[in-house]
Amino acid sequence: MTETTTESRAAELTTETQPHATHPVIRMRDASAVVGGRAVWSHVSVDVAAGEFVAVLGPNGSGKSTLLKVLLGLAPFTGTVEVLGVRAGRSNKRIGYVPQRRAFGTDLRIRGVDVVALGLDGTRWGTPIPGLTRLIAPRRYRDRRRRLEEVIRLVGAADHARRPIGECSGGEQQRLLIAQALARRPELLLLDEPLESLDMASQAAISAVVRDICRREGVTVMMVAHDVNPILAHLDRVIYLAGGTAVSGTPDHVITAEQLTKLYGIPVDVVRDSSGRLCVVGQPDVPPGHHVGDHR
Amino acid sequence: MNPAPTWNLITDVQQMLAYSFMVNAIRAGALVAVVAGVVGWMMVLRRESFAGHTLALVGFPGAAAAAWLGVATGYGYFVGCVAAAAAIAMLSPPAPGGGGGFVEESALIGTVQAVALATGLLFVSLYHGFLSGLTNLLFGTIAGVSSSQVKVLLIAALLCLAALAVIGRRLFWASIDPDTAAAQGIPIRLTAAVFLLILGMAAAGASQVTGSLLVFVLLVCPPAAAQQLTARPGLGIALSVVIAVAVTWVGMGCAFFSPYPIGFWVSSLAFAMYLLASAYRRSIDRGWRRPIRPHVADRPVAP
Repeated sequence: MTETTTESRAAELTTETQPHATHPVIRMRDASAVVGGRAVWSHVSVDVAAGEFVAVLGPNGSGKSTLLKVLLGLAPFTGTVEVLGVRAGRSNKRIGYVPQRRAFGTDLRIRGVDVVALGLDGTRWGTPIPGLTRLIAPRRYRDRRRRLEEVIRLVGAADHARRPIGECSGGEQQRLLIAQALARRPELLLLDEPLESLDMASQAAISAVVRDICRREGVTVMMVAHDVNPILAHLDRVIYLAGGTAVSGTPDHVITAEQLTKLYGIPVDVVRDSSGRLCVVGQPDVPPGHHVGDHR
Repeated sequence: MNPAPTWNLITDVQQMLAYSFMVNAIRAGALVAVVAGVVGWMMVLRRESFAGHTLALVGFPGAAAAAWLGVATGYGYFVGCVAAAAAIAMLSPPAPGGGGGFVEESALIGTVQAVALATGLLFVSLYHGFLSGLTNLLFGTIAGVSSSQVKVLLIAALLCLAALAVIGRRLFWASIDPDTAAAQGIPIRLTAAVFLLILGMAAAGASQVTGSLLVFVLLVCPPAAAQQLTARPGLGIALSVVIAVAVTWVGMGCAFFSPYPIGFWVSSLAFAMYLLASAYRRSIDRGWRRPIRPHVADRPVAP
């Protein structure tokens, strides 16, 4: 089901940046997710190669967030789900995850940089005493500080990282959270609707940040998206969840009027603009006959 | 008959320390305030004030039962608070969204609170003790702390702080962002339960100085004021402790030289600190907040 062009390109990237060249980053065979007694999706077989930028698309309730949770081992599944060469849930330390969220409350008065730092050493026991670490382990302190600055610069959050995160805008918070997920140099980045409730400028900016992370840092990115248009130009692969199963392939292959109309069950158009960019029109939130009230 | 204050602070302090009950009170106050400042900061961050309030109130029936049974009330506070913390942790439904925390406004916490007050009154009436006992349990007294109680408070304080120091960083992550913390393997519900137990210990300790109803003052006001003053976690906790100790000691001094109870003084001072901190934050925000500049969002991201 994979296109040869993507395969060869991904293979190039793989040999350059990934030590696990023989394994795909994500390998799912006949996988099913069952949440609350209901099969969210089943018989899903998908391969994602290292260095790919993948979008997970589909209507509400089709199990997009569940897919990410399955990959993290946080939701039950049957079948084969391997992430970074091992069973899902065993490689979370090598995965950066930005969950779907409502924004931080405006009364959360914690600096952005402290939230980013959790990605670096938040799972360690103990409590760091500020100043003490600097005194007894100056080298570790310097390395930590350098990595934080580096990752904050990478996502373009340098000008608001020292403000309380509750006071940052949605786009600024999203950048900081991506920085947190990147702090420990993950090989795979899972983003759950990072463009949700952002204005168009911020959507474009965050999309560009994620693309750069994927292309320059060689991190495999899987992004759940509601609206494919802001990221369509950057994608290597699309996984479309609908009707209880998944279709995977290159954007040119999957994002066609015919495929989408079949998946959503209502007419969907795909138009190509003068510069050759694809654009999905009439994408519905809930297709007719879809169960309202089921959710992630 | 109250001792008269002079304008010389040093003589005033010497006058206070001449009484052994005041020395005990000042030691106990410092222990309780340090713990409340640290634990309260985390409680305010986690928005578990309602749970904290309830745990503090449960100290009241615990202490009343201890008085009735002829045991030192100090133990009653600890047993009551820690048992209630365990009950809330075990019986609470998980928070919606799968974060794994506790529902803040859960009906369970409210029910525990109501039962606590009712049984507390029952034990007080069973005890038939002198009437001021009830007021002391609810609003605190400076004359009531014995040397052995100070020892118990010291052990409880060390336990609280040690436990918090061990789980500190994980608890911090689980508190502000449970979803990502869970993905990195931090057990959210267990962490929350351990924190509730720590909170119960802290509330029990604070109850013995400020009384059950006013524990809140030490657990909430200093941390809330500190969070208004700074967004740095380390500095915030330090400020919270400083404010808590200051209002407790000054409140004790005021209570010593006046006919009014310690709870009133500590509460008023802590509230005043919170008002000052809020006013400071307002004045900073006025100068800081500018309209959002449109070019911020689409600025090129990396050099």
